[in-house]
Amino acid sequence: MLRDITLGQYYQTESVIHRLDARVKLAGTLIFIVSLFFFKNYWGYLVAALFLAGVIKLSRVPFKFMVKGMKAIVFLVIITVLFSLFLTPGEALVSLGKLTITKEGLNTAITTTIRLSMLIIGSSIMTLTTTPNNLTDAMEKSMRPLKKLHVPVHEIAMMMSIALRFIPILLEETDKIMKAQIARGADFESGNLLKRAKAMVPLLVPLFISAFRRANDLAMAMEARCYRGGDGRTKMKPLIYQKRDHLAYVCLLVYFVAAVVIGRLHF
Amino acid sequence: MSILKTEKVTFEYIRHDEEGNVEGTITAVNDVSLDIEQGQFIAILGHNGSGKSTLAKHINAILTPSKGTVWVDGMDTSEDEKIWEIRQTAGMVFQNPDNQIIGQVVEEDVGFGPENMGIPTEEIWQRVEESLRAVGMYQYRKHSPNNLSGGQKQRVSIAGVLAMHPKCIVLDEPTAMLDPNGRKEVIRAVRALNDVEGVTVILITHYMEEIIHADNVFVMDGGKVAMQGTPREIFSQVERLKELRLDVPQVTLLAYELQKQGVPLPNGILTTEEFADALERVKKGSSTNGN
Repeated sequence: MLRDITLGQYYQTESVIHRLDARVKLAGTLIFIVSLFFFKNYWGYLVAALFLAGVIKLSRVPFKFMVKGMKAIVFLVIITVLFSLFLTPGEALVSLGKLTITKEGLNTAITTTIRLSMLIIGSSIMTLTTTPNNLTDAMEKSMRPLKKLHVPVHEIAMMMSIALRFIPILLEETDKIMKAQIARGADFESGNLLKRAKAMVPLLVPLFISAFRRANDLAMAMEARCYRGGDGRTKMKPLIYQKRDHLAYVCLLVYFVAAVVIGRLHF
Repeated sequence: MSILKTEKVTFEYIRHDEEGNVEGTITAVNDVSLDIEQGQFIAILGHNGSGKSTLAKHINAILTPSKGTVWVDGMDTSEDEKIWEIRQTAGMVFQNPDNQIIGQVVEEDVGFGPENMGIPTEEIWQRVEESLRAVGMYQYRKHSPNNLSGGQKQRVSIAGVLAMHPKCIVLDEPTAMLDPNGRKEVIRAVRALNDVEGVTVILITHYMEEIIHADNVFVMDGGKVAMQGTPREIFSQVERLKELRLDVPQVTLLAYELQKQGVPLPNGILTTEEFADALERVKKGSSTNGN
């Protein structure tokens, strides 16, 4: 069940989006997310949705696969929606005892849902079509100016790529430990939230121990393969802009301008 | 020239109790002297806690000896400035394939070592291709390591080391976490490296079947080299191996037991074919005697 989480996973296939320079995808994701917060009407979201649909189509990643990864975040979305639904002051629409749903609350709830799901889908396209190594390379290269301020750019990038690499492994391990505990009578499914959280303790302890052990092993394996930080390293897949990348930047710019202009119009 | 030489290597762990006080020292490797020639296939055998993994880590300069010296291709591992050259000369493959694969795609992982060495991009690609072909994983180069079997992952790890063009590869129990098929796959790849590429192989294991093809076998016990010789020499001493808590291949054990019962079989039979041949000869011999 835990293996269903697709967030941060790479989907192997050949597509235009896969071949784009990771820096373009990184910038594109940022632009897309930023654009979502500029909209004042629903038309903007429509433009964004169309753009997103186009990119998904181009990426050739099955939509089902993406949605599977969203399941984990549904809970978060529901909480946000409930909060904005009941806690936004304004013109009352419905009253349920002490709780009132306001017009403004309803509005915020709808926009947050749209925003959050688009935000998640948008960023999952980036991770689905870019190998983590590529992605961290892109971050490293885009953040290089920060190195002058003694920001350990390479180290941060390396840590991220390792974290991403170990997500599926640790998920698998969690699944294994869970099954082992269930086989010995542990109960993760019933009881209230507090009880369930308590039941997680015997799951997390072995998981953490094993994560530390893995980290130790990996560090040794990396050193054995001559890893000594970012200096003097060459790249197997250096990032060099192609014609299609420039074209993609133009498309992004067009999208951003169009979406923001349409999204801020007063009808 | 010898690729690996150790002289009176001793390694001591310091044990601490719960408050961090020194409880005492444990000698994991005790006065080990080895001399290994370039191009050999060496097996180091021993049960858990015999010090074989600790010794292996000395070859890659992950550990440096408490006493004694280790030379890799003439370089002393205790010299800090030589450390990267040593790690490049003597590559290392570890037990758990999941904990040594860094890349999310097979080819990226194989390229990790050459990247660290500062090899130009084009040459990295060339090395990656060669290495993946050498272990028979080229068709999986675009796959995610997570979807490979244990044996395949371990072959990727071997390719990752091979791409650094080492003279010597140390494999620290590479098959301990694999199923029998995966074990065979990995051992086949390792033998091909030794036969075809001429890389010196130091295989650390506790599976007796894997050492049959070695040129020279060292058996470790309690941090010391307890036995040394060709596989045949080692396997002919069944009692001694049992003393060292090591399993003997079934066929060798069967031959040994038959020999004890008076069947005239030669010492140290290693494979089923060999056993069948020897038995055939015994049969012929006894029938001619009978006439």
